[in-house]
This record gives sequence, C-alpha cells and structure tokens, in this order.
Amino acid sequence: MMDLIHIFLTDSFWAASLRIATPLIFGVLGALLCERSGVLNLGIEGIFVVGAMMGWLVAYGTGSLWLGVIAAALSGALFGLFHAMLTVPLGLSQHVSGLGITMFATALMSFSYRTIFPQVATPPRIEPFRALDIPVLSDLPFLGPVLFQQTALTWLALLLVGLVWYLMDRTALGVAIKAVGDNPDAVNAQGLSVMRLRIGAVVAGSALMALGGAFLTMSAFDAFFFGMVNGRGWICIALVIFASWQPGKALLGALLFGMFDALQVRLQTMAGAIVPGQVFLMVPYVLSIIALIIAARKADYPRALLKPWFKGQR
Amino acid sequence: MPDSPPVLSLRGMTKRFGSVLAADHIDLELARGEVLALLGENGAGKTTLMNMLFGQYTADAGSVHVWHEDGTEIILPPGQPQAAIEARIGMVHQHFTLAENLSVIDNILLGTERLLHLNRNRRAARAKLEALMIHSGLDAPLDRKVRELSVGERQRVEILKALYRDVRILVLDEPTAVLTPQEADMLFASVRSMVEQGLSVIFISHKLREVLAFSDRIAVLRHGKKTGEMATNDADTASIIRMMIGEEHDMPERTPGTPRDSVLKLDGVSIHPTRETRGLRDLHLDLRAGEIVGIAGVSGNGQSALARVLSGLLAPDAGAIEVGGERIAALTPRAALSHGIGRIPEDRHHDGIIDALSVAENLVIERLGDADVQRAGFLRRASMAKNAEELSAAYDVRGPGIHARSALLSGGNIQKLILARVLETQPNVILANQPTRGLDFRAAAEVSRRLISARDKGAGVILISEDLDEVLSLADRVLVMHAGELTETESRDRASIGQLMAGHAA
Amino acid sequence: MIEIVPREQPSRRLTTGVPLLAAIGSLLLAAIPLAFAGAPIFAAYGQMFTGVFGSLFSFTEMLTRATPLIFTGLAAAVAFRAKLWNIGGEGQLYLGAMAAVWVGTGMIDGPPILLVPIVLLAGAVAGGLGMLGPALLKTRFGADEVVTSLLLNFIILIFVQMMLEGPLKDPMSLGWPQSEPIVDEAVLPQLIAKMRLHAGFLLAIGTAIIAHVIMAMTVWGLRIRAVGENAAAARHAGMPVTRIFLSVAFASGALAGIAGVSEVAGLRGYLTTDLSPGFGYTGIVVAMLAGLSPLGVVAAALFIASVFVGTDSMSRAMGVSSFLADLTVSMSLICVLLGGFFARFRIRRVRTEDAA
Repeated sequence: MMDLIHIFLTDSFWAASLRIATPLIFGVLGALLCERSGVLNLGIEGIFVVGAMMGWLVAYGTGSLWLGVIAAALSGALFGLFHAMLTVPLGLSQHVSGLGITMFATALMSFSYRTIFPQVATPPRIEPFRALDIPVLSDLPFLGPVLFQQTALTWLALLLVGLVWYLMDRTALGVAIKAVGDNPDAVNAQGLSVMRLRIGAVVAGSALMALGGAFLTMSAFDAFFFGMVNGRGWICIALVIFASWQPGKALLGALLFGMFDALQVRLQTMAGAIVPGQVFLMVPYVLSIIALIIAARKADYPRALLKPWFKGQR
Repeated sequence: MPDSPPVLSLRGMTKRFGSVLAADHIDLELARGEVLALLGENGAGKTTLMNMLFGQYTADAGSVHVWHEDGTEIILPPGQPQAAIEARIGMVHQHFTLAENLSVIDNILLGTERLLHLNRNRRAARAKLEALMIHSGLDAPLDRKVRELSVGERQRVEILKALYRDVRILVLDEPTAVLTPQEADMLFASVRSMVEQGLSVIFISHKLREVLAFSDRIAVLRHGKKTGEMATNDADTASIIRMMIGEEHDMPERTPGTPRDSVLKLDGVSIHPTRETRGLRDLHLDLRAGEIVGIAGVSGNGQSALARVLSGLLAPDAGAIEVGGERIAALTPRAALSHGIGRIPEDRHHDGIIDALSVAENLVIERLGDADVQRAGFLRRASMAKNAEELSAAYDVRGPGIHARSALLSGGNIQKLILARVLETQPNVILANQPTRGLDFRAAAEVSRRLISARDKGAGVILISEDLDEVLSLADRVLVMHAGELTETESRDRASIGQLMAGHAA
Repeated sequence: MIEIVPREQPSRRLTTGVPLLAAIGSLLLAAIPLAFAGAPIFAAYGQMFTGVFGSLFSFTEMLTRATPLIFTGLAAAVAFRAKLWNIGGEGQLYLGAMAAVWVGTGMIDGPPILLVPIVLLAGAVAGGLGMLGPALLKTRFGADEVVTSLLLNFIILIFVQMMLEGPLKDPMSLGWPQSEPIVDEAVLPQLIAKMRLHAGFLLAIGTAIIAHVIMAMTVWGLRIRAVGENAAAARHAGMPVTRIFLSVAFASGALAGIAGVSEVAGLRGYLTTDLSPGFGYTGIVVAMLAGLSPLGVVAAALFIASVFVGTDSMSRAMGVSSFLADLTVSMSLICVLLGGFFARFRIRRVRTEDAA
C-alpha cells in the first residue's frame, strides 16, 4: 500500500502518464472531429501507422523533425480524404470503408518500409524530439519534470485540445460541423454544403490521428516498427464515446488512460513475481471496454452518425 | 385584404410522377399581409406544390412569380432552392430541421455567419433576435439546447429562424399538428401580429376550426387540383368539407355487418403523453365479430400509439386488453399473432415486408413455425411456393414472380401481399391501419372489398383511417380519435364528425 | 452538377460480376507497387501464377492457406448478414486454438473418431463464447460490438501469450512459448502424402455447404436474413430479434474458433502466438468479396489464398516485399466496396438551368 502511494508521489509517474496519453489525445481529438460531423472513421488504426511511418521517414530523409510532423499530418489527411470520398459523396458503409482504409494503409506502409529498407539488422534511427528544457520552469520541483520536460509534440497535443474546443464551441464552423452530425437536413436547409463540411472534418480529423502516430516514431521511440500502433487507434474510438465527443473530456479520458497504463508498468515491476506480466498488458484494452460499457448506456451519439445523406432524399 | 398588392403568384403549376398527376395546373395568389389557408387531405398535392415553390422539385409546367416591395416582379427559376431563399420565402416544415445538439441561437444563426471567421460577434445578432422576439411575441430560450425544448418551443425556433432571415413570405406546414391547443393559440396570435407588420403567410392545415379562425382566404386542393377558393368570411365548415372530400359520389351501398360476440376489448388502455406521441387516455373499446369499427381522426392524435399497442409493439402504462377471453396487460407481436390478431401496418415498407426476402418468404414470415412452412427447421420450399402461387392468384399480387425480391413489387401489390398474409390465417381480429394510403383507386377498392369479406366471414375489424370517406363507406360503427381519446358517434354526417375530429363536442 | 441515382433494379450482371472485377482490379493495381519496388512486372505476375499453379505442392499449399480463410470468411459473412459487426475473428480464432490445445494435449484420451469431434467442438464453443460476449454487451448495454470485438482481439492474444508462458507451456520447449503438441488421436489427418494439406480443408468446404444450406433452406437462416435486412419488420412479424442476434453471434464466433482448431490440429500441431497472420481480419475481406454468400466465401478464400501464396513465391524469387499480398488484399476490399456502389447506383450528370 505504501508502495502505491509512493508511486503517486513520484514526478516520473505523472510525467509518464502524460507521455503515454499524448498519442491518444491526438487520436481522440481526430476521432471526435470525424464523428461530430457524422462519419465514423475506423481508418484510424491505419492512419496512425501512416503518421508513424511518414513522419519518421521524412524526418529521416530530411533531417528535420518538423518537416516530418507536417508530412505525417498531410499523409494522414490524404487517407482521410480517401475515406471521406467513399463514405460521404458515395455514401458507402462507414464500417467497411474504415476497415478497408486501415488494412490498406497498414499494408502500404509495411510494403513501402520493406521496399525502402530491405532486411537490415538494425532499423534506421532518427534523433527524436527532445524534452523541451525551459529555463526555470523545467527546474520547478514536481511540476517541472511532469509538465515542462515533455517534448514539443506533447505540448502540441495539449494546445490542440484548446484549439479543437475553441473551434467546436466558439466558431460558426464548429457549430456547423456539430449540426451536420446531428441533422444534415438542417444544414442543407440553410444553404450550407453537407458534403464539404463532412469531408473537411474527416480530412482534418485524420490529420490529427496521423500526428498521434508520428508521436510514436518521433518522440516515444526513434524508429518505425511493425505493429507499433498496437490497437491505440481502436482505443481512441472507445475513448471518444467515453468523452461524449467533448475535447475537454477527451483530454481527461486520455490522461486517465495514460495514468492507468503508467501505473500498470510500475505495478508490474512490484507485483511481477505474483501476477503474470501479461495481466498488466491487458489493462489498456480491458479499460477501454469498461469505459465503453460505462459510457454506452447514456452515450449521446451524434444522431446522424453512420447515416449517409444524399441531396434531395429524405 | 384582397386589395393589397400581390407578393406571390403560382401559375399553372403541374407535376407528374409516373402515371400520377400530383399537381394539375394549380393557380394560387398571395397578397401582402394575407393569410392563405391551403386545405386538402393527404396526397391532395399540397406538399408537391410547396416543393415546387421551394425548388425541391422542378415543375413540369407553370411558373412562380414574386413581387419585391418596390413592385418589381421576378420569376423564380425552377428547381433551385437557393432562389426561394434569396426571394426571402421561408418555410417551417412539419418535421423540424433543427440540430438538437445545438443551442437555440446556434440553430438560428446557422448559415448566416461566415464559417471561417475565428471570432464571432454575436452582440448584434442577439440584439436583433431579442427585438424580433418582442415584436413577434414568439419567445425562445436562446441559450438552451434544442433537445431540451418542448415541441411548441421548437416550432417557435423554426419560425424565428425564418424571421431572422427577413422572410416576406412564410409557409407553415401543419404548424399545429404537434401543438397543444394553448400553444396553437399562442402561435396564431404571434403570426397575426407579424402579418399586421406586412408578412404574408401560406398556412397548410386540415383543422377546420383553425382555418376558419385564423385565415383570410381559403384554397382547397383535391387529387392535385384546386377545387375551390373563397374568402374565409364567406366560408363555413360544411362548404369547406364539401370542397375537401368532394360531393357524395357513387360509393357502393354499405352493407351492414351482423355483429356477434365480443372478440377484443380495450379496458382503460392508457399511455402517458410523451414528446413523440399524444399518448392514449383511458381507451375503452368493445370489438365484436362481424363488424368493422372505423376510427376516424386527424393523424397524430394517438392512432399510431393505439395501433402499436394492438400490434404488440408498445406496452400500455395502464389498462388491459381482453382478447379471446384472456386478459393481457401488454401484447407482444408473437402474442398478438397467437391470439388471432392480424395486423396491416401503417408503414408497409418499414414494418410490413422485408424487402430483400422473396414474395413467397414474406407471405409466411408471421407463421414460420407452421407445419406447412417448415419440417424440422427446414423450409418446405415446395409447399411455400404452392402457398405463394395460390395466394398471389387469389389476391391478385402481381410482380416478377413469387421468387423475386419483394422490393420489386409496387405499393399496391405489396399491400395485397400483406393482406393475403394476414387474411389467409383467418384472424379473429384485423387491425387495418391506413390500409389504402397511397394506393390507386382500383387497389384501394380491392383492399376495401377484402376487409368487408373478412368481416362477413366473422372477423372483427378495426379500421384506422384519416380518410373519412373510407371510414364512412366501410365502418359499421364510427369512433373519432382526438388528442388520445376515443369518442363514439352515432352520426354519419360529415360535418358533425368533422367537428369531433377538430376536438369539439358534437 | 452530378447526381447519384439509385438503380430501380440493381443490375444482376453487375452484382454478380462485381467481386470478379474487384479481384481482377486489385491484381492489376498491384502492378503499381511492383513497379515502385522495381520488379519486372510481367515476370512477377508469371512467378505469382506458377507459385500457385506450378506444382501439386504449391497448389496444395494454396488450399492449405485457404482453409482458415474459409472459416473466418464464413464467420464474417454469417455475422454481417445479420448486421452484426464481428471484427473479432482473429481473437475467436485464438480462443478456438487454445481450447483445442487445452482439450487435445492429453486431457482426454480416446480414439480419433471421438477426440477429433471433441476438439472441434471445444474450439467452436470457445470461439462462440468469444463473440457472444460483445453481442451481449451490445444488447444489454448498447456497447458498440465493432469496438469491443476489436479490442478483445488484443486481450485474447495477450491471454494466449500468458497461457503459453504458464499453464499451457510445453515443458520440453526449452523456454520457447509454445504449447505441448496435440495428441496424435486429435490431429486432423493429411489428405495427400508429403503435402501439408489436411482434413481441415474438407471440413471447411463442408462447413461452407452447411452454412449455405442453413442460410438458404432453414427457418433460422430466413430469420437471420430477415433481422439483418429489416429488424423492425422482423419484430413486427413476431420474430425473437435479440435471440436471433445472439445466436448468430455465437455461430459466427464458433466458425472463427474452428479456424483456430483447424490450424492447430491440422497444420501446426501446437499453439504459438504467431499461429495466425491476421486470418481473422482477412476473413472480413473474404466475406465482402463473396458478397456474404457462404459458397462465394470458398471462391473468395481460394482467390485470396492464391494472392498470398503466389506473392510469397514471387517475393522469394524477386526480392519484392511479401507485404504486397496484404496490399493486394486490402485493395480488393476497397474495389469490391466501390463496385457494389456502381451496381446499386448510377451517377448522372444533371444540367442546372441558368437563372432566367
């Protein structure tokens, strides 16, 4: 018990929680944008892979981490556009299209990686983002390591929470996106384009998802591995329901998640002898399912989610 | 106000769907500051006409003329919704087009603000809206979410949405269909005050009391034609009803049934009113074998709740159903079937058939356990085919064949399929909900003939219909449903039944 | 302006032709990554072809590869017919395999005639329960089965790992995480001497036929189709919609579970965590290519297995990454989705009249 309290008192625990939460923050925000407009994007898992691979590849090629980040966002947006074209103007099954995008993106990235880097003993590495060392702030006790020794991408994620909140709550565009996910007829009746709003939201949301992937190869690790996304995309799809499609709660959900995951790692070292390590590895996925069960009953799904809309039809 | 200058003129509007002439050279004039009531039954052509005005449909013939305040005349290009918006014509649909997850003000301002502006200044918009609410007397809680609002409040938001866009012509499609009488009165008072300030209104309804109290002029549509037009001052209920439902025409003489034992009783069946439905209030009904009980009424007064209770899809909050000598608190679809209640649903595509299944399969989906349908869980295809051939012939179900997907059948043939499925089991009770809606004359007559013959063979029939002609020509007893209550009437007089339908004691 | 108009009667030729076109289309599209990888395109296609049809061995390898895909394809097809989104085929496959190993490594003794069915049944039940869970979470709590069945895949795989390092670990494996071998009496026999093709393939074909018979010829199949197409009308007609939904979930999971048994008892002989290279996910593509028809699943599985086996062979010969197969398979899914669109809709150009 004392050990447990001790864990909660260490700054490294909280720093790890925030670090683990970062890709999820990107992913949940991305899923939130897509679903608010009425489009489920199961391409998320694949788009994470795209972001991880493209961000890392461009950073490796150009030596510029930020060019890598931009490349990740742009290529994520491209796959988002693909999903949007299939599901919005053509109105195809969002489930099947999303799974198709995930399979396609994952396969394409794996193929490209293997083609560019034929079997090598050690995967090529990049110099990843480093912790921002802010004078004074980083040296604060506790807060310093937790908040001010994170990398730029974590700060970008936190900034994006605010931006997405501002967009959805304080701008006409955000209001229109929420409206198109609730009742496209209302949007159409006011002379706005349902198609453009939805395509735009899916493209932007997919760019955010890709940033989550980029964090993995450019901040958490320094190379691209197969299977490194490991279900994080799916977890985001569960978390966005838990977050009731609100940016603030999305942050909270991702942080809670990061906390449990960080705790799990520490408990594992403590209790590893008694409980098999795998029990702890399951924690994130089990938590996601539990979060989903808790949230599902009162989940306030965007009413038009999954429903294709065609002009001139009721 | 016949002397006011015109603001809108529809000339020779015509629209044909396949073989149906939905609008047949309809002319309509609207003067500035006038309330024109547009009356007609379902399918009379009101919606088609308005869809042409708003550019949702392209008219086959005819033109839409609009006059600006300065007297200049423009002709709206057909098939362009934007043109109607620019001409400042607004419509409040019966089914609201509101985003429920947004606040009232967000809904009203949707589409009026620049999307890409980073900050929005709503002070001016809010001031304008508040002034508008005072002027019109329509008030709505601007910062509440629409989903928290009552139906009446939502409707006010819809109207405010139109007024905020400075409409000069406002079309209200059955605005009171979902309102309580008090809410309706408030609405009329508000619209009146807007009209005095120069708004022109087209008001679609089939509630005679409202039409008489609220409009300046009345136009009546029937079967796609304008059958009459008069100043409201010169109109009375009888004359309007005559225009709406036509003269007494050569309906076959009704052959009365011979009622026998009771087959179904409703004993105080009640459903709490919710936002969706009007609820049901303490319904009592005694249906006997060999009679048709017709339930007339304006739709949305609880008929669909009653039908859902009898179909086993909705459990009453109070009361009981007595069927076949057994008292049941709530039916299930299975129990309804096993007690011999045959159901012809209102929405045949949604509840009546499964599109992707074949005609032969759809004919047996309510009795999959029967020995002629299955043996040890395997479908008896040959026996099903024989059954389908026989029923198709007997009920004249026409289509690409009994093995074709039912989606390929026309509406009339789908209804005949459902009729065949229901009647072949010789149910004790038949619930026929709007059984002829949307059917052409011959198909409708066939459905009526079948219901009468089922009655004569000893079934008790509950016929729910908005079409008063249909009720009067088929029913042995007439009940009127209004605001969730059933009232029996001895009268066969259209006018006095119309009064009951409008909620007045006869 | 472009308008999307539904076809009044979906073209029959298009509906049946679409999967074929999608398959061919995805194969042709594979030329792009081939060129990107710098391989001689025609030679590569030739190598893929001979990699499947070049010898009896390669052909039976393809059939061996198709075996689990038929099962997982059927699992997806049956579920999707009832609009149940079972994306957890991968996890259910491992559950089935685990049950097979648990029962089939000495827990029970008996002749093959007894032991093989018992092992199959155990796997089927384990897989079935694996999907019944998400389906119950859906009907009880409204938790989306797409997400829960997906997440279960990860949980189950970790669980398998845990079992292989714990209770199911083969003490003779020198620390390698693998199970004890299946006892000889529970092994699905080889069909042809010296080839890896096993009785699981015949079982798969038989299962597809049974699934076809159930869907087309039984009351249960009719109900599944009815619930999937129009649950409201099915309820109105008195069908027990929830119970049908749950029964489909169990059946779908069971089919995926049998895929796992077949791989363990027919091919590998023991369980490891790399038993399936994503058969569960690929099953979704198989089902979609098959138009959700059980017999179509067999054809689609043969096609996709050919892509995998052919690409493997080409990959070894020409040094092109074998991920090309995954790429081709994923493209075939997108092609069939698009093709389905053109079979159901027409795209019409409408001229907007100029304002008068």
